[in-house]
Parts: sequence; C-alpha cells; structure tokens
Amino acid sequence: MKRYSAFAVAREALSYHTGWGRAWRAPEPKPRYDVIIVGAGGHGLATAYYLGKNFGITNVAVLEKGWLGGGNTGRNTTIIRSNYLQDPSAAIYEKSRALYENLSQDLNYNVMFSPRGVIMLAQTEHEVRGYRRTAHANALQGVTTEWISPARVKELVPIINLDGPRYPVLGGLWQARGGTARHDAVAWGYARACSAMGMDIIQQCEVTGVRREGGKVMGVDTTRGAIDCDKLGIVVAGHSGVLADMAGFRLPIESVALQALVSEPIKPCMDVVVMANTVHGYMSQSDKGEMVIGGGADGYNNYTQRGSFHHVEETVRALIETFPMISRLKMLRQWGGIVDMTGDRSPILSKTPVEGVFINCGWGTGGFKAIPGSGWGMAELIAKGHSPLTDAFSLDRFKEGRFIDESVAAGVAH
Amino acid sequence: MSTRIANQGRLIDRSKPVRFTFNGKSLQGYAGDTLASALLANDQMLVGRSFKYHRPRGIVASGAEEPNALVGLGQGETFEPNQRATTTELFDGLTAQSQNHWPSLEFDIGAVNSAFARFLPGGFYYKTFIHPRAFWKHVYEPFIRQSAGLGKAPKDRDADTYEHFYVFADLVVIGGGVAGLQAAKAAGETGARVLLIEQTAHWGGRAPVDGGEIDGMAPEDWIAQTLDALRAMPNVTLRARCMGSGVYDHGYVLGYERLTDHAPETAGPRHRLWRIRAGQVITATGAIERPLSFAGNDVPGVMLASAMRDYAVNYGVAPGRRVIVVTNNDDAYRTAIALKRAGIDVLRVLDARTSGGGALMEEAKAQGIRIDCGRAIAKVTGGKRVAKVAICAQEGQGAALEEVACDAVAMSGGWSPVVHLWSHCGGKLIWDDAWAMFRPDPARAPTGADGRPFVTAAGAANGELTLGATLADADAAGKAAAKSAGFKPRRIRTPQGSVTDEAPLVPVWLMPRAAKVELRAKAWLDYQNDVKVSDVQLAAREGYESVEHTKRYTTLGMATDQGKLSNINGLATLSEALGEAIPQVGTTTFRPPYTPISFGAIAGEARGAVFQPLRRTPIHDWHEAHGATWEPVGQWRRPYTYPQNGETPHDAVMREVRNTRQAVGMLDASTLGKILVRGPDAGRFLDLLYTNMMSTLKPGKCRYGLMCSENGFLMDDGVVARIDEETFLCHTTTGGAEHIHAHMEEWLQTEWWDWQVYTANVTEQYAQIAVVGPKARAVLEKLGGMDVSKETLPFMAWADGTLGGIGVRLYRISFSGELSYEIAVRAGQGRALWDRLTQAGAEFGMMPYGTEALHIMRAEKGFIMIGDETDGTVIPQDLGLGWAISKKKEDYLGKRAQQRSHMTDPTRWKLVGLETLDGGVLPDGAYAVAEGTNANGQRNVQGRVTSTYQSPTLGRGIAMGLVLHGPDRMGEVLEFPGTDGKISKARIVDPVFYDKDGEKQNV
Repeated sequence: MKRYSAFAVAREALSYHTGWGRAWRAPEPKPRYDVIIVGAGGHGLATAYYLGKNFGITNVAVLEKGWLGGGNTGRNTTIIRSNYLQDPSAAIYEKSRALYENLSQDLNYNVMFSPRGVIMLAQTEHEVRGYRRTAHANALQGVTTEWISPARVKELVPIINLDGPRYPVLGGLWQARGGTARHDAVAWGYARACSAMGMDIIQQCEVTGVRREGGKVMGVDTTRGAIDCDKLGIVVAGHSGVLADMAGFRLPIESVALQALVSEPIKPCMDVVVMANTVHGYMSQSDKGEMVIGGGADGYNNYTQRGSFHHVEETVRALIETFPMISRLKMLRQWGGIVDMTGDRSPILSKTPVEGVFINCGWGTGGFKAIPGSGWGMAELIAKGHSPLTDAFSLDRFKEGRFIDESVAAGVAH
Repeated sequence: MSTRIANQGRLIDRSKPVRFTFNGKSLQGYAGDTLASALLANDQMLVGRSFKYHRPRGIVASGAEEPNALVGLGQGETFEPNQRATTTELFDGLTAQSQNHWPSLEFDIGAVNSAFARFLPGGFYYKTFIHPRAFWKHVYEPFIRQSAGLGKAPKDRDADTYEHFYVFADLVVIGGGVAGLQAAKAAGETGARVLLIEQTAHWGGRAPVDGGEIDGMAPEDWIAQTLDALRAMPNVTLRARCMGSGVYDHGYVLGYERLTDHAPETAGPRHRLWRIRAGQVITATGAIERPLSFAGNDVPGVMLASAMRDYAVNYGVAPGRRVIVVTNNDDAYRTAIALKRAGIDVLRVLDARTSGGGALMEEAKAQGIRIDCGRAIAKVTGGKRVAKVAICAQEGQGAALEEVACDAVAMSGGWSPVVHLWSHCGGKLIWDDAWAMFRPDPARAPTGADGRPFVTAAGAANGELTLGATLADADAAGKAAAKSAGFKPRRIRTPQGSVTDEAPLVPVWLMPRAAKVELRAKAWLDYQNDVKVSDVQLAAREGYESVEHTKRYTTLGMATDQGKLSNINGLATLSEALGEAIPQVGTTTFRPPYTPISFGAIAGEARGAVFQPLRRTPIHDWHEAHGATWEPVGQWRRPYTYPQNGETPHDAVMREVRNTRQAVGMLDASTLGKILVRGPDAGRFLDLLYTNMMSTLKPGKCRYGLMCSENGFLMDDGVVARIDEETFLCHTTTGGAEHIHAHMEEWLQTEWWDWQVYTANVTEQYAQIAVVGPKARAVLEKLGGMDVSKETLPFMAWADGTLGGIGVRLYRISFSGELSYEIAVRAGQGRALWDRLTQAGAEFGMMPYGTEALHIMRAEKGFIMIGDETDGTVIPQDLGLGWAISKKKEDYLGKRAQQRSHMTDPTRWKLVGLETLDGGVLPDGAYAVAEGTNANGQRNVQGRVTSTYQSPTLGRGIAMGLVLHGPDRMGEVLEFPGTDGKISKARIVDPVFYDKDGEKQNV
C-alpha cells in the first residue's frame, strides 16, 4: 500500500495518477478467521482496526452486505462532540473525540476532523439549568466545555438571531474541540488501514445465519459461503435485531428514520456547529459550503431510508427563526437514515447470551461521533472480555434497570 | 454585440425591451427571455467559474439541468445566491452577479487551481493535508472553505413572504409538455380531479422546438387547442411555474410554485408550496440530453445540442456563428437543421456512428450541411470561448485528422428520461439497450399503502422519445391512472404524432473510444464540481467501486444540479472501468427535491412569533400589559415575573414570594394540563396509570398522584380530582399535557382497548387561577357566592359554585405550602374572573406572581418539580415519595420495573435538602465530589444539586439534591466544585425548609 502524502500525489501526477493501487483489497473469504465482524460501517471497521492495532489480532474479516460505509456512516450530519451528561456516555464519546484529533495521522488518510467547536443553545430556563448541570458534570469527567453568554454566542455565530420573539437565546454550552469530520473518509480510512494489516474486508457478502454449538458461536453462513470463527462481533446498526435473531437472542431496539438535508453551497458564513434543541434543529457548514441540517426522527418505526417532509418543514422553520439569512437559500437534497434506538437512547456494547458473540448497536442518532471510541472499546471487549469504556453499556442494564438516559441533556439529537 | 437572429424567437416579445445588469454592466433583453438567453443575446457566454479548479464556465443547457450558469440575483434583503440563469425569467431591473471568482469573472486568481489540476485529482484531499495536525483546522480547511462554496451567503433577513396550499387531487400530472397535456386530458375526461403542473412558464415542452405534426397540426396549434380543452374542464386545474418537487409515501406530492420571481413588483407571496395528496401521480417530466465526454467539453461555447436549438428557436439567439455539431444519435440533426434555418453556419456534423443517421440526416444533407460519419472530437481548444476543434476518428486514441476553427459546439450523447420523481418513492428502473438509458420499470412502480402502484411515468419520462410514441404512451397513462383512481376511462381517440424514421443511437461514453489519458483528464463529466473521466477511472482503480463510493470519492453528481447531466455518463464510465454492465453498477439514489427549493417556501407562513403555534391563556393579554417577562414552556409563554417600577427580575421574584407568603398572590395556572378521564373503567384505568390508588378517591376530593413510565421512572405528577363516580379530572404539568394524554391513549388503544374509558384533553377549555397566601380566603369571601370555609372546603377537596357571579370549580390544593385555592372557570370567563379577583384582592395587597416565584415556594416547601428533581432516571422512591405508592395494588405502570436490582439498590441517590455553609446559593446542577476517580479516569461523585434558589422567606440559599445515602447522612457537609473551580460547601438537611408541619396550608 502506498503511503499518502502531498509528495506521493505529486509523484503520481506525472503518470496521470494511473499508478495508484487499491485503497483496500477485495479478497475472497477464507474458510476461518479468529474474529469476524459483521458490518463494514464506521463502527465495525474501527472495531477491526483496534483489534489489530491494540491487541495484535489481525486474522479478522469484516463482512458487509452492501458497500462499506454505506449505512449511517455515510448518511449522518457528521457532528462530533462529547459534552454528554452521564459518566459512561462522556467517557466513550470523549475517548472517541480524542481519537478523532489524531485519526488522520493515525490512519494516513485525511478524515478532515475539524475541531471548529459545537454550541448547544439554551432557549428556555429549563435548558439553561440542564446545560449548567452538564457543564458541571463535564468538568469532573475531563471533558472541556464551557457555559457561554448570548454575547459570546453571537461572537461565534454572527449570523444567529439572538432575540427571536419566541425563544431568545439565553446562552449555550460550548465545546471548543467538538466539530465535524468527513464521514465517508472515516470509513474509507479505517478500511484502508485494516486491509493494510492483512484483514479481509468482504463487501457484497450478506450474513444469512449464525452457526452455534453448545451455546458457543462456530461461524456464519453468508451469501458467499460458510465462514468459521472463534468470535463474532455484530455491528450492523439498524439491522441488529435481524442478526440477533439469527444468533438466537432478542434486542431492545426499535428502528426509525431520521431526517437530514443540505442547502446549496455558499461561501463560508458559519464556522461552528450550532444545535438548537428547544426548536428542534441543528446546522453546520460543510467544507463544500453546504449548510448541513438535521432535525427530528419520524414518529413511526420503519426501514425505508426515505426522506419524509414533515420533519423537514419543522426543522427549517426553526432554523429560519434562528438564522434568518437562510430563508433565501435553497434545499438541495434531503434524505433519511435508519437509526436503531434503545429504551434509554444509549448504545449497547456487550457480550450476548451466545458465547463468543458480541454486539455493538443502539447508537440511535449519535453514532458517527462515537466511531473511534466505540471501536476502541469494542475491540477491548472482544479481545479481553470486558472494557471500562463498554461495561456500563451491557445488555444486562435493561434487566437491572441501570439505564443511561441522556434525554435531559440531549434533546432531539445526540 | 447582439447575437439576435432576425425573425426567430417564439417566446420573446421584441416590442418589449427589458433592461438588466450583469456584473454591473447594463444590458438589454426582451420580455420572454430567460436570463441565460438574454446573456447569450449579449454575447456573454462566460457566466461563472467552476467549484474546484475555477475553470471558465459557459451556459451549457437551457433548463433545470444547467450546472454552470449560476448567478447571485438581487441585492440586500432580496439577494439570492446560486440562481440558475436558464430558469430565471428576465424582468426589468434584474441584477445578476457571477459567482466563485476573485477579483473578477474574466480574471480569477483561483484559476491557478486549474493549472495544478493534474496534482489535484478526484479525492486528492484524502491523501494530503494530513501533516502537521494543527494545519487542517488553521490553514488547509480555511483555504478550502474559502475557495469552495459558489455563491455568497445572503446577509439580510428575507423581505419576502411565502405560503402553503393544501390540495387533494385524484390525479396529479407533473410536467406540461405534450405528454403531460395529453395525460391530463385523457384523465380529465373521466371526471377525475386533475392537477397539472409545469415548472416553466410555457406549456408544450420541447415539441414546438422539435417539430413534427400532431393530428396533422403543428405542435403549437395542438398545444393551444388542448389547453383550451383542459381549461374548459371544471375538474382540471393547471399551474405553470409550478415544479413537482418531490413524491413521497402515501401519494404525498410537493409542488413548488414561483409566483413573483419573474415579476418582483407584484404584491403577495414569492413562492407557494403546494402540499398535495394525490390518488395517482403521473410523471410526464420529459428527458434530458446527455453531454459527450471529449477533451475540452467544458470550454464555454460547448453546449447541449437541444439547448442550442432552444436558444435559436425560442429566443432568437445564436449561441455561435460557426458551429460544429457532434452526436451519436439522430436528434442532433434537428439542431443542425434549425441552426442552418436561422442563418447560422453549421460547419460540420460529426456523427460518431460509422453508418450515420436516418431521415433527419438526409434532410440536413439536403440543406447542404457537411456530415462526417465515424468521426469524433479529439479536443476542443479555447480559453473563455471555443476557438477550434480537433477532429479524429471515434474508433481510436484521438490522433487529430484535422482542426477546424469555430466558436460553438453542439453536442448530443443521447437522452435520459427524467426519472427523479418516479424514483423518489421507490420506483425502480430498467436499462434500455436501444436508447442507452435508464427508464422506469412499470413492473416495479412506487406502491401505496394498499400495495398498488400510485405513480405512472408517461411520455419521454417513460422512455418514449418520439412524438408519436410519447403521445400514445401519455394517453394510455392518463386513462390507466384515472381508472386506478376509480374513474371510468372514456373511449376517446388517441392523438397521432408524426413518426420520423430514426437510425438507432450508438452509445458513446468516451470520445474517442480509446482516448489517451491526457485527453481523459480533460474530458469533464460534472462541470460544476470539476469531475473528469479520469477521476472516475481513478476511483474505480482505487477500489471505490460501488457507484455510491465513486460519487462520494469524486463528488460526481453532488453539485447543485445533482448530476442531471453527469450521472449517466459517470455511471457508464465507471461500468467500463470495472468491466461490468451499466445495470449491474446501478444508479445513485434520487432524492427530493427535483431542483432546489427555497427554505422560505418550506417554512411557509410560519415565521416570527408564530413560527410555532403560540398558545395563549385567556389572561395572556393582561400579563403582557402588566410588564410580564416571559418564559417559554412548551408552546405557551408563561409570565416569569412582573417587575414593577424598574425592579430587576430577581428583585421582582423576591417581592412576589414575600407578598404571597405574607399576604396573598395570584397565579395564572391555566397552562397546567387538564385531562378528563371518564367511563365505568376510569378508576381501574387510573389505578394502573398512577402509582397511587385512585379508584377509592371520593367524589369531591383530590389526590396528588405520580405517573411512571413502563421503566419505572417518574414522568409526571399532578392532582387528580374525582368529579363523580365515573369521572376524574387529572392535572398534569404544563409541558406534559399532550404527551400524557397521548400516553393514556396509547395504553387504552393498544393494551386495554376493551375497557370503557374515554379521555379528553380539556386544558384549553378552562382558565385556572391560583389564589395563594394567608389572605386568600378573605379575597374569595369578598367576591362571595360560595362557602370557602375550612369546614365546607377542607384541604384537598373541591366544590362547584359561584364566585363574584361566575360559575367556578374551586379546588383546595396547594403547591406553595400556603392556604391556597385554584379556581377553574370556562376559558371565556377567565379574564373576567382574573379582573374581579384583582379588584377584590386590592385591599388585601394581592399581587400576581410568575413561574419563578412558584418554583421558589415549592422548593421552600420541599415539593419536587418534574424536570428538576426528575430527569428520566429518577424513581419516586428516590424522592421520598414512597407514601404516594399504593402498597395495596397488584400493579401499576412501572411497578415491575421498580423491582429490578438497580432500582432497589441501596446506593441509589436519594432526595435531601442542602444548605450552604455561607448562606449563598449553590450553582445549578453542581455535583458533590467523592474521593478518587473511576476506571475511565472521571472524578467520583456522590450527589448533585437538582434545584437551587435564593429563598426570600429564609433569607438564604436553599437547594434540593440527590445524594448517596442522603437521608442517612443528615448534617454531613458535601463539597460542590463549580465550573470556575470554586468549591461550595453545603450541609445535608431535611428537604422541607418551610412549615414542616403543614400548618399554613391546612388552615
């Protein structure tokens, strides 16, 4: 694999870039692997990557039904932050955010992590109290956040309207090292690094069954034949329930479509990410210039990945009130992604009733930001049987009532 | 220099000149021009710069598919970036600026990128800008952001208004070309309600330009006749300038009507969003011509052949004087013939097919046009305008056979049906080998809730590209869709379109077929985003093999035109690179909207104070008139406090608390949720819903109740009053009314559907006023009308009666610990009662108080507040509310959950009061720290502040909090570090700070 650098690009330019090889190999499946990860999205690929990097486990296959990074990794609004309220959440999201800081250098692939800062606006007294609480919690969790005044909000976001007639901005929770990254590049970068370690990323390979013996996993059946393994990691987001069913257990997961949209590109006008949970909307500006906008999830369970209009309308209304200048911009494209929601809106990273089977799912609306941290913790869980990052997110918590509920801090989206 | 052609231009009115400016230069066009045609008429071919390399960009199309001609339109509060010149109707005073260049369109420093294009291939930024780490945020990214982005951001608030229309139709026909007109007519004749929408200002689509005959008439005459027929049908509605934006599930269609864009002086909304529920949808959206991929196909002056024909015929504009036509199909000969007819020099038709075309070729030949078959363009040369064309054999690597000087190139790579709207809602496509295009697969149409198809593609949009076939297909589609919508088609003759003998198209995805890499690196697929044939080939080589990978890696089709020109060519390039057939590679997903629609239109009328519904209590105006500062609670606005005589809000709150405790206060409590639950099973239902026993409550009595989620967490609280044997009135929190009502209905409809219980949310049917304080009874007695004594109306009782002549329901309940009445009246009498109370209370010193005083008084009394003491993780047992949990009941929602191990864990944090050692106020949401850190390096904690206030009654800060083993640790001191590093110390105390024995409220 060629190392990427400006020098390498210049060198290859001489031959009109016909000398570049594949970013990742396209191997045939081997009969057996130490670990099989199902799902080549960001979380699955990151899990494989840290299995190799941190634990030296490289006899790994990542199986993908469609194309890698083609699920929620490639459909989200790319926000990265770790200003969560509950300790287990703050731990894994902050680990993740910290890994994003060096991810481009680590992977030798520019994932364009842009720590431009994230503001969560407080527009009711209740929200003010909630974010003040989060700020206190973050200080003790080692997450750098700050409660900021409306004047400081305006300084950071000149296009904002502070004094709307309904929900004036009362302040905000500011995480200066939160930001965005190029979502596809995260998947591609991990895939390339995994492949370089000798792992097999096998696309167009759908798992159709999980083979077990005496309560232990033996391998999987796929559309490209049976493959044996010692350990199996299921990292398939919206379709987790389907895979769990194949392995013989059930999950507390519901799937709904989350709506997002972008505007036509314009010259830079907003340098930070702004989330306005009271009015239901958030917005950032991509490096291409598009205003990237997210809002609510459909109020019913489904798998369609189609855009629906009603949430878009609500979100756009809210954002025009918050940023009046966007009224004359145009919506370029809207889409939906299927998010897997648990009862407490926090993820599941856990052993399962089947020995050797591990599951990572339930990231709901907040999975992209968690990719490196989730992969880090999941790799440790698979390699060692537990991880301080994932212990609190075990499946047992639903039996025990040990919920990790972020709703008070997260509002519409987290 | 004018490029107008004499005696041409069916859409312009030469008697009406129109002035406009482009980059400050004053120019002239005619009424009926588009901005693009007017620019071309002024010989302004260069109109912008591309996204990445800042290459000069000329007008390439004549409609919605235009990727290049994007301008900033208007100024100040009507400025709009990225407006397509090809769909912008010219009006007097229009001002347009070209985009994405500095310092000027003609001389753009950013074009240096183009010189380095070889070093900046598709996806180069993933391989570079990696080191040093800090440079991405501070150097690389700002540079990239600044050079990308196309148009400028608007600065001002939008001066225009927008509106929504809501429409039901049996049938919506999208597209007003001949196919749409015929489909609408065929359907309209069945009596179905038909809505026909057309994105441009003109009916008939391409037919008048393309020629032929319909029923022996010129297309224009047939169009006029058909329009007359449609207008005569009362069941048919026609709307021009109204684009079909998206087709969604359940026959939901969005139409985007531009009302005043073309006539800004007109009063009224600028855009109107049509929100249509359609029984059936016909997409008669036509087809879009494809460019050809040859080197230099982006030089200004290279244009789609059909667009060049449009400019000549519709607007009387010659996009060039010496034109070369290059094609792989017969349609481009129409352009050659039309240009020749307009007096333009057609130097050559290069037909990539070795055997050439059919009847149209013969016609062109007969007009004296030179035709070279098997020939291709090796390269177009020119900077800001086509200068010459190098001609080569199509089967070859591009060795030039000759060079011809010219100023424009008309290209045609075939046609692609506009399948966007068909695809939005799941319609699938099939590959048509003959025409080399994806067309709708009628066997896999979008289906509705009943599993039956609800979208039909018609005409060119359905892959029927010839006039005769288009009309026949549209006629059949109109009849079939009307039938599906439940109407009986009438046997009416199908119009006959003339048939031209056309030779088959030969797919040409690269020109010449084996073009060398130097040529491929200049053969553009996506003009706006600067994606070349070589970029797609690079993506394939590097393993970005899925069409979605290629798109995302190269940005192909991600520009503002969403790949209307580039997608199929890019797809074909990819499939050749992979050695797979095009249908195996598949398409990317078509997403709404068809072309971008304004955010203003999406928001509609809902702006400013009413961008969300505003809920007002009957007493709202009084609050406003008396200087209330507002606190939004859900969609309500509640008075936070009523500052008087220049008081600060804080001082006002302190005064309101003191006055209420010492004399009497009044509160508008109308926003509290009120849900009526009625029926023989109402008691049993509420027993399951609340943790308390409600079925034993006596009529005339009230009981404070707690509601938990299935997971055991406290979700709402409030007082339940039993009205009669079968009727309860449940009070909820202000923010909780709607979801608690929905929660009740969910259980009734999904689990206990056979129980006889009915619920009604009557929150807005009543106004409710709390009269609170030691003198509250005196105020009510002054009003008179009913016995409000302790004996007749003890604490937690209610009675109907009259007060001051108004029929009321009077509750003896208290959220402040004072003697307190809540008076409910019909909403219409709320204000009258408030006014009478104000008068009656004057002599007792009665003052209104707001939400903050309410919060302080409840905290002084140790009452919990949903959302403060609870956060979705707290159970009643944590809050010392065990007394409100019935031990006698077998079950209630949350009971089983509360028996889980973590819920009964003795280390759960419990409610206590907190008193700062220095008398100050604890910070909101502060945590009490414990020794050490956890496995993730986070500081261990042992409690947190849930509510904290300055208490005017106690003259010190008071707080409530949840603390590990709290109730067993009375008197212990905890440390609460602030975010500023300052540590506050507070002692654990009883959470009831005021009147522990309840002597005040029970008087």
